[in-house]
Amino acid sequence: MSELIIEGLEASAAGNPILRGLDLTIRSGEVHAVMGPNGAGKSTLSHVLLGKPGYEVTGGTVTLDGEDLLAMPTWQRAHAGIFLGMQYPTEVPGVSLQEMLGASFDAADKDTAALDEALLVEAARIGFDEKFLSRALNVDLSGGEKKRNETLQLGVLQPKIAILDELDSGLDVDALRMVSQRVEAATEETGLGVLVITHYNRLLTELKPDHVHVLAKGQIVASGDAALAAELEDTGYGAYGEVEAAVAEPATPFASGVLDVFE
Amino acid sequence: MSIPVNTSFSADVAATSSLCQGATDVAADAARRTAAAVAAFELDAPSAESEAWRYGPINELDLDAYVPQLTAPTDPVLPETPAIEGAAATVTIVDGWITSIDLDADWVDKGLTVAQGDPSGRTSLDADDVDRIDRLHEAFAPAPLQITVKRSLTVDAPIVIHNHHSGAGVAAFPHVVVEAAANAEVTVVEHQTSGEGAGLAVPLVEMRADDAARLRYVTVQELDTAMWQLGRQISSAGSQASLVSGIAAFGGAYARVRTDTRLAGRGASGDLISVYYADGDQVHDFRTFQHHDAPDTLSDLLFKGTVDDRAGSIYTGLIHIHEDGRGSNAHQTNRNIKLSEDAWAWSVPNLEIENNDVRCSHASTVSPVDTDQRFYLHARGVPPTVADRLIVAGFFREVIARFPSPALQETVRGLVDTKLDRRLVAETNGNVA
Repeated sequence: MSELIIEGLEASAAGNPILRGLDLTIRSGEVHAVMGPNGAGKSTLSHVLLGKPGYEVTGGTVTLDGEDLLAMPTWQRAHAGIFLGMQYPTEVPGVSLQEMLGASFDAADKDTAALDEALLVEAARIGFDEKFLSRALNVDLSGGEKKRNETLQLGVLQPKIAILDELDSGLDVDALRMVSQRVEAATEETGLGVLVITHYNRLLTELKPDHVHVLAKGQIVASGDAALAAELEDTGYGAYGEVEAAVAEPATPFASGVLDVFE
Repeated sequence: MSIPVNTSFSADVAATSSLCQGATDVAADAARRTAAAVAAFELDAPSAESEAWRYGPINELDLDAYVPQLTAPTDPVLPETPAIEGAAATVTIVDGWITSIDLDADWVDKGLTVAQGDPSGRTSLDADDVDRIDRLHEAFAPAPLQITVKRSLTVDAPIVIHNHHSGAGVAAFPHVVVEAAANAEVTVVEHQTSGEGAGLAVPLVEMRADDAARLRYVTVQELDTAMWQLGRQISSAGSQASLVSGIAAFGGAYARVRTDTRLAGRGASGDLISVYYADGDQVHDFRTFQHHDAPDTLSDLLFKGTVDDRAGSIYTGLIHIHEDGRGSNAHQTNRNIKLSEDAWAWSVPNLEIENNDVRCSHASTVSPVDTDQRFYLHARGVPPTVADRLIVAGFFREVIARFPSPALQETVRGLVDTKLDRRLVAETNGNVA
């Protein structure tokens, strides 16, 4: 049994407070959905849990089975058992999925011989074309293929807790179903605990949450069961004080290759 | 007559008869070399204040520190270079002098010539566009290596040149000429190595691909990190001919290559590729010209480099579309990854277009390792040093894939890995923040 405990988490980006005392506990086998209006801090939560540069944790704790997650560099958080399925999976030219996961397995002293087989098995389970396994990561993949790729990695890495940030975006109905079934299966097969971050109810009709939380202004302001998600779908987030303006993600200064000839 | 005298490079030295090897008229050869040496010093010294040499350390060039190699070296000690299976010919050049040619007899019969060439000193360089260094080459280069491929002959095995420089204090002026007659095909792989210390290498490569010929020339540069290299490569392609020029540069203190590619015949194409990786205090410098003189010509330049520590790179390039170049496609891309704060890269692409019916693109970037790419790999459990290594190796992959043979691609990849290994070791030892 694993347990991710987030207590009083406060974080800011570029000096702007975004998370303002967030509490959440996720255990093995549970599916939690965090919903909320744009700018509520949903993506920030996922990034802060993995230690993405550009955010500052200003208060609170995050532990995974008692270990202080916030004290670890990102790659060690992954080995501790946290997985982040990203909203916008990054294209990495020239680096294949096999190479990346091979390096991850190496770092964890896992047997890389099992990797190729695992990749094929997982690809088949979610209908991910095998040809993408040896191609550059996410390069020239459609939005849906990128999300299948994220799900495939979830299957191969077998984390304790998965944070799935807007997993449904870019997926058609069939793909959404396959991916959801794969995640749900993991909750039973390996006891995966899931934190689904989503704006809409669409994903939750396939991936049934045990608990639904509303995140607004950096805090969990309401919790309930799946009925809450359905209710939000009808009423929107107005009742939870839709924030005035979306808080900008921190800029990643060199993300897109800046013309910088005067360095 | 007043000749600014650098004793090593003086007109008297240029006239030395030992350099006249191969010349039918020794006196005329001596006179020609004398004139070139005189002319060299009548020209201004190359200067970083001029556009051609901007951003680089050329002002530090001290010719007095070098002595030209006036005779063929005896018993040179050569480092190992990667073996290339089944070469059509293997040539060794030491300090500019051809010391051995091993040419398969079958290829001789078929029409491949690999031999000491014309010692007259004539080159295809534009007489209006030569500088002191070019003139010194004219004065001090031994007879060139001449590679000639007969019409319609496909040489499907590479010609391998091991071009070695003995190192400290020596100035060498290697000269290679490759001519592929109509519809011929040839691949030349030149491996440049050197002994230790600060020497000066001034290599000149001339290439001519006649109509429909396919000519590929790849240079793998592994000079000692104290060496200076001031190289030139000049090529022309006839109608429907294709040229590939690949440069993989890893060594040198200051290693510069100027590349002039002239697409002279209709439908000619040029694929210009480079991989470079400078660390420590190295500077790599590339100056390129893509001349589209004829209609429907295609050039595609992709130069990718990495700079680490305090090292730097310079890329300056010009696409020139002549008024007769209608229907031409010209691309020029230079991308650089800066692995440390103190590393630097200049990237200056330029276009000069005299015909409107063309497609041109140029792109240029200098940036650190992408933070999002890094985060993605970290988030999947890849440790930082390994992640950077994967990203940099991945960055080079597309350009390495354009090098002619799998074996050559492997060699270049291996040399990138060697640089990355060095970095990994330095990081592990805590030398890099």
